[in-house]
Amino acid sequence: MQLIECPWCGPREETEFHYGGQAHIAYPETPSELTDTEWAQYIFFRANPKGLFAERWSHSGGCRRWFNAVRDTRTYTFLATYRSGEPQPEVQS
Amino acid sequence: MADTLYRSQVLPSDVFAALPEGLSVTIESHVAMAGLRLRDLAEVLNTTPPVQPNTWAATPDGQMVWLGPDEWLVTSRDQQPHELESTLREAVKERGGAAVDVSAQRLSLRLSGVLARDLLSLGCSLDLHPSVFTVGSSAQTALGMTNVVLLALDSAGEDYRIFVRSSFAGYLADWIVDASAEYVN
Ligand SMILES: [Zn+2]
Repeated sequence: MQLIECPWCGPREETEFHYGGQAHIAYPETPSELTDTEWAQYIFFRANPKGLFAERWSHSGGCRRWFNAVRDTRTYTFLATYRSGEPQPEVQS
Repeated sequence: MADTLYRSQVLPSDVFAALPEGLSVTIESHVAMAGLRLRDLAEVLNTTPPVQPNTWAATPDGQMVWLGPDEWLVTSRDQQPHELESTLREAVKERGGAAVDVSAQRLSLRLSGVLARDLLSLGCSLDLHPSVFTVGSSAQTALGMTNVVLLALDSAGEDYRIFVRSSFAGYLADWIVDASAEYVN
């Protein structure tokens, strides 16, 4: 078990959180002009890096807010958490 | 014979009758509760909603608990649920806020006594020492296997209020009684 730092509530047990996949994926600006292939790319295709990964998390057992985190997928270490709308911080693994 | 349980009384009245010395739990029925959403902050019920996460503020007859950056839980001992809802709604509607009666959503339990903090620590991972979690502190967190809103009512770690979802109140009551067994001499 580890603690995850909710940008609102502070450090909480990992079990209070839910995972929400890759962060910073913008909704298409002109959805009606997308081809099926482009839609599929937007909906289904995600990065799967070994190392630093910016992800969405929800503090579902607490304040129920979505936020973003940079996690090292090799070690499961959370290197940064930040509120939605804030830029991804520069961190080193 | 077992009590018949109703939406307004989700626990048998004697469920906490046999707790050990130094621990008492009171079922606080008839507490009106409303969910308040508001971005453009204003004074409501003579109280400014607390903006600091994990805190609560006193209102004239209840509490205003921080649930999120634009969300609070407002409780009232004196007002009827529909009165609380309409009072809040009148106060915030001009600012685009919203108020919804959620009185039936949660049950309020008052946990007090010298063993109170020790008991909570058996099922709650937060640091509840009064130097950290003191009067005015609140937390939405897990207690046992259920989610609660936990409020510190004093600065000695001996007086807490727990809001638990009505359908989990029976579970939490069982958990409290079970966890307190180790303090029985
Ligand atoms: Zn949170």
